[in-house]
Amino acid sequence: MPRQETLNEESPHSQGRQELGSAVVRFAGDSGDGIQFIGSQFTQSTAMSGNDLATFPDFPAEIRAPAGTTFGVSAFQINFGADVIKTSGDDCDMIVALNPAALKVELPELKKGGFIIADTATFTERNLHKAHFDSNPLEDGTLDAYQVIEFDISKLTMEAVKDFGLNKKGALRCKNMWALGFVYWIYNRDRQPTIDWLKEKFANKADVAGANIAALNAGHALGETAEMPHDILGFSIGKANIQPGEYRTVTGAEALTWGLVTGAKLVDLKLTFCSYPITPASSILHYLSNLMEYDVVTFQAEDEIAAICSAIGASYAGTLGVTSSSGPGIALKGEAMGLAINTELPLVIINSQRAGPSTGMPTKTEQSDLFQAVFGRNADSPLVVLATRSPSDCFDVAIEAVRLATRYMTPVIVLTDGYISNAAEPWLIPDVEDYEQTPVKFRTKPEGFKPFLRDEVTLARPWAIPGTPGLEHRIGGLEKDSETGHISYDAENHQRMTNVRAAKINGIANDLPAQKVEDGAEEGQLAVVGWGSTYGPINRAVSTLREEGLDVSHIHLRHIWPLPKNLGQLLGGFKKILVPEMNNGQLVTLLRSQYLVNAQGLNKVSGQPFKIAEIETAIRERLEK
Amino acid sequence: MNVVTPPEKLTPKDFATDQEVRWCPGCGDYAILKAMQRTLPEIGVSKENIVFVSGIGCAARFPYYMDTFGFHTIHGRAPAFATGIKLANPDLDVWVVTGDGDALSIGGNHLLHVLRRNVNLQILLFNNEIYGLTKGQYSPTSRAGTRSPSTPYGSIENPVSATALALGAGARFVARSVDTMQAHLPEVFKRAHEHNGASFVEIFQNCIVYNDGVFGEFTARDVADDSQVILEHGKPLIFGKEKNLGLRVKPDLFEMEVVTIGKDGISEKDILVHDETNRGLADMLARMEPPSLPVAIGVIFCHPTPSYEDGVKGHMNEAKKHGDGKDINALLRRGHTWTITD
Repeated sequence: MPRQETLNEESPHSQGRQELGSAVVRFAGDSGDGIQFIGSQFTQSTAMSGNDLATFPDFPAEIRAPAGTTFGVSAFQINFGADVIKTSGDDCDMIVALNPAALKVELPELKKGGFIIADTATFTERNLHKAHFDSNPLEDGTLDAYQVIEFDISKLTMEAVKDFGLNKKGALRCKNMWALGFVYWIYNRDRQPTIDWLKEKFANKADVAGANIAALNAGHALGETAEMPHDILGFSIGKANIQPGEYRTVTGAEALTWGLVTGAKLVDLKLTFCSYPITPASSILHYLSNLMEYDVVTFQAEDEIAAICSAIGASYAGTLGVTSSSGPGIALKGEAMGLAINTELPLVIINSQRAGPSTGMPTKTEQSDLFQAVFGRNADSPLVVLATRSPSDCFDVAIEAVRLATRYMTPVIVLTDGYISNAAEPWLIPDVEDYEQTPVKFRTKPEGFKPFLRDEVTLARPWAIPGTPGLEHRIGGLEKDSETGHISYDAENHQRMTNVRAAKINGIANDLPAQKVEDGAEEGQLAVVGWGSTYGPINRAVSTLREEGLDVSHIHLRHIWPLPKNLGQLLGGFKKILVPEMNNGQLVTLLRSQYLVNAQGLNKVSGQPFKIAEIETAIRERLEK
Repeated sequence: MNVVTPPEKLTPKDFATDQEVRWCPGCGDYAILKAMQRTLPEIGVSKENIVFVSGIGCAARFPYYMDTFGFHTIHGRAPAFATGIKLANPDLDVWVVTGDGDALSIGGNHLLHVLRRNVNLQILLFNNEIYGLTKGQYSPTSRAGTRSPSTPYGSIENPVSATALALGAGARFVARSVDTMQAHLPEVFKRAHEHNGASFVEIFQNCIVYNDGVFGEFTARDVADDSQVILEHGKPLIFGKEKNLGLRVKPDLFEMEVVTIGKDGISEKDILVHDETNRGLADMLARMEPPSLPVAIGVIFCHPTPSYEDGVKGHMNEAKKHGDGKDINALLRRGHTWTITD
C-alpha cells in the first residue's frame, strides 16, 4: 500500500468517522462567491491526502450575473476516493449551496439521502423569489428526502473575521472559506495547503489573508466541536493505490500548454503561438504568455483569421506556428488551413470544443467538431486530427501533434474540449528525458533543391526557410508543379498533387502505434468505441460491467485522422459496436463509412458530460438485444 | 557546411525570376516591378533575407517575379502572414504587396492592425481603384459613380482614402508614389525600407483594361506638374510648371489653399514648409485632391517609434531573466507537487 510521506498522520478526530470508498461533492454559489477557488483548494488538499480524483468546474457564461439568480450559479464538482477515479462523478453525495439559487440548480444532481449544506442567511424572501422558490425549501418539506445541514454561515463568518477590520462586504467574502473549512472537517482534509496558499495569494494584504484563514479555521472548528445533525461524525476516505512518483494536479489547458512547449523543445524549434480570445480556449494563450523564457512568443491577433495566418507565417519562417480556438473560431480559420495544406507547412491547431452550432453555449462542453476537423474545408484537403481524452492526456497529445506536424509538414488539429480544459486531475509528472527527440532539419543545400520534391518515406517536402542562401523560392495557394512548386494548371499535375496530399496523410497511419483495447478482450460481443473526454465514463462503465461478467470492451481513439491501421480489423472482431459521443453521431458515421461496420451511436448534447450510468444502461441494452 | 558567396553587387537582373510575367500588356504593375528590381541592389540586403508576401489580386502575383523568398497567401491576409514571419525571424526584410481590394476591403482589418502595431515591414498598396483579377468590379477606392459590371448605374459608395486610413490607423511612415514615376518610386522604396516600423506606401497604378486613365487628372504629362506637389522634408510645398504655386493654411480657416508666389503679395516665406513629423499636416496633405488642390506625392509622414518586434524583444529579454528556459522538467514541477512512495 503506498504511503503518503509529506503529510501528517490522520488527526485524532478521525475516530468515529465513517469510512467511505469515494465521494462526490459539488460546491455551488453565486458566480462572485469564489466557488472555483474553494473547488481548486479542495482538489489540492484531496490530492495531497493521497486520494485519486477528478473534477468538473461548471460555471456560467456571464462574468458577473446578477447576484442570486439561477443563471449566475457557479459550481465545482469533485469525485475523490480510494479507488481509481475516472470521472467527476454521476450523482453527488453532497451539495454545498451558498444561496437558494445554487440549491435550486444543483438539487437534481444530488442522490436521494445525500447531504445539503446550506447558508440559512441567504434564504431570504428576495433570494427565494430570484431562485424561483415559492416557499423556503429549508422549511417546507422539499428537502425531506435529503440530509440537510444548515447554518447561518454568513453570521458565523462575520464573527470569525471580526478582528480583522474588514467591512461587511469584505467579511462576507470569506464565507466560501468558512464553508471549505467545514467540508474539510467532514472529509478529514488537511487545511495547511490552503492556509499556505492564502498567505501567498494575499502576501500584501495581511488582513484579507488573516480573515480568510480565520474563516477556514472557524468552519473546521465548528465541525470538531458542535453536535451535528443526523449524528454525523464525518467521513474518512482511504488512500488510493497510486503509482509511486511525483505528482501535481493539472488541468487540460495546463497540460496542453506544457505539452506544446515540450513538443517544440523535442523537435528543437521555437514556438510561436498566435490566438484570438475565445471561451473556453483562452487559458492556453494566458499560460503560454507567461513562458517566454522557454522560447515562446505569443501573439494576440486581431481576429481568428489573423491568428492562424500569423501562425502559418511563423512556421514558414522556421518556428513552430500554433493557433488555438473553439468551434466558431476554427470555422473562420478554414481557408487558411487550406493554404497550410497546399503549401505543406507544419502547423498545430487546437480546438477547445464547446456546445454549438454558432455561438451555442460557450461554457458548456460538447465534442461536435469532429466533422469540422476531418472534413471542414473546401476541396480535398486532408490533415491530421488528434483527440485528447483527459486533462493529463493533453500533454502527450500536444507532443504527438508537434511531432507529426513537423515530420510530415502538415497542419494537425488537436480536438480537446471545455470540460478537459478546465477539469483537473492528479498527474504523475513525466521525465522529459524519456521522450524521443526528433529535431527538425531545415533544408540548407541549394544543389538539387526543389520545393516540392518529397522524402520517399514520409512524402514530406523540404522545409526551406527564408534566410537560407541559395534556396530563394516562391510558394502559395495556387496549385503547383509537383516538383518545382511553380504555378501549374496542368490537369495531370493537379490529379497527382491531390493524390499525393492524401497519400501523405494516409501514410501517417504507418507511423502510429496499433490501436489498443483499453479494457476487455480484443474480440467479443460489444466494443464501446470512444474519443475525447468520454474516456472516463466509458472506461468506468465498461470496467464495472466486466466485473459483472458482461462481454464488453473499451476502445478509445487518439488518432481520429488518419485512423490507426489495425482499427478496421479490430472492430471486425466484435458483434456489436457502440459509439457514445457528445454530438449527434460523428465518429460513428466516420467508422461506418470507413469500415462498413454496423456501429450504433449513443448521443448526448446537453452541455454536460456523460454519466457512467447512462453508458452502463446503453451497454446493457445493446447486449440484451 | 555549405557556403554561398554572394556576388560583389547584385543587379536588377539578379532579382528577376525565370517565370513569365503574366500581367496584361501595359499594366502599371510592370513599372513597379521594374522599380523594385532596380531598388533592391541599392538597398543591399542579401536575396535570401528578403521575403515578399502577398494576398490575392493582380498585385499579389508580384512575389512570383522576384527572385527572393516569396509567399503568395490568401485574400486580404498578407499582413497577418507577414506579422507571423517577423515574429519568427525579426531579421528578415519583409515586403507586403497588396491592392485596393485586398488591403482595404477583405483585408481592411489586418491593414489597420499591422499599422497600429508598427510591425517592421513595408506595405506597398497598388491602388488602381478597381478589381482587376475578377474582371472589373468597383473597389473600395473607386469613386462614387464608377460604372462597373456590378454597378451598371454607377457606384453609390464613397471611396476610402488609403493614405488617410493608414494615418488614422497610426502608421508612422506613410508615403505615396505613382507607377510611372521611375525615379521617384525607388527613392520612396528606400525610405520605406529605412524606416523601423510599419511603412505604408500607396502607389497609384493604372489598370489599362478596366480603369485606364483613372488618375489622368493628376498623372497625365500635361497636367502633372500643376496637379501634384512633390514632398520633400524641410522644403516649401511649392509646385507647378513655373514653380510658382504653393500651399498655405488659409488665414481664417483650418484648410489648405493654393496660392501663387508673386501675386497678392505672396512670397516664398508664406508657403508651408513640409515637416514629415507633423501629423496634423500629414492629415491635411493626405486629403488633398484635384481640382482645387494638388495630390501630395512623396513621404507624407515619417515619425518613428519602437517597432512591435522591439517590444517583443524587450519582453523576451525580461523573461529570460527568470530562467534560461532549458529545463522543462523544472517547468512541469512548478508550484505544488507531492510525492507518493512505495
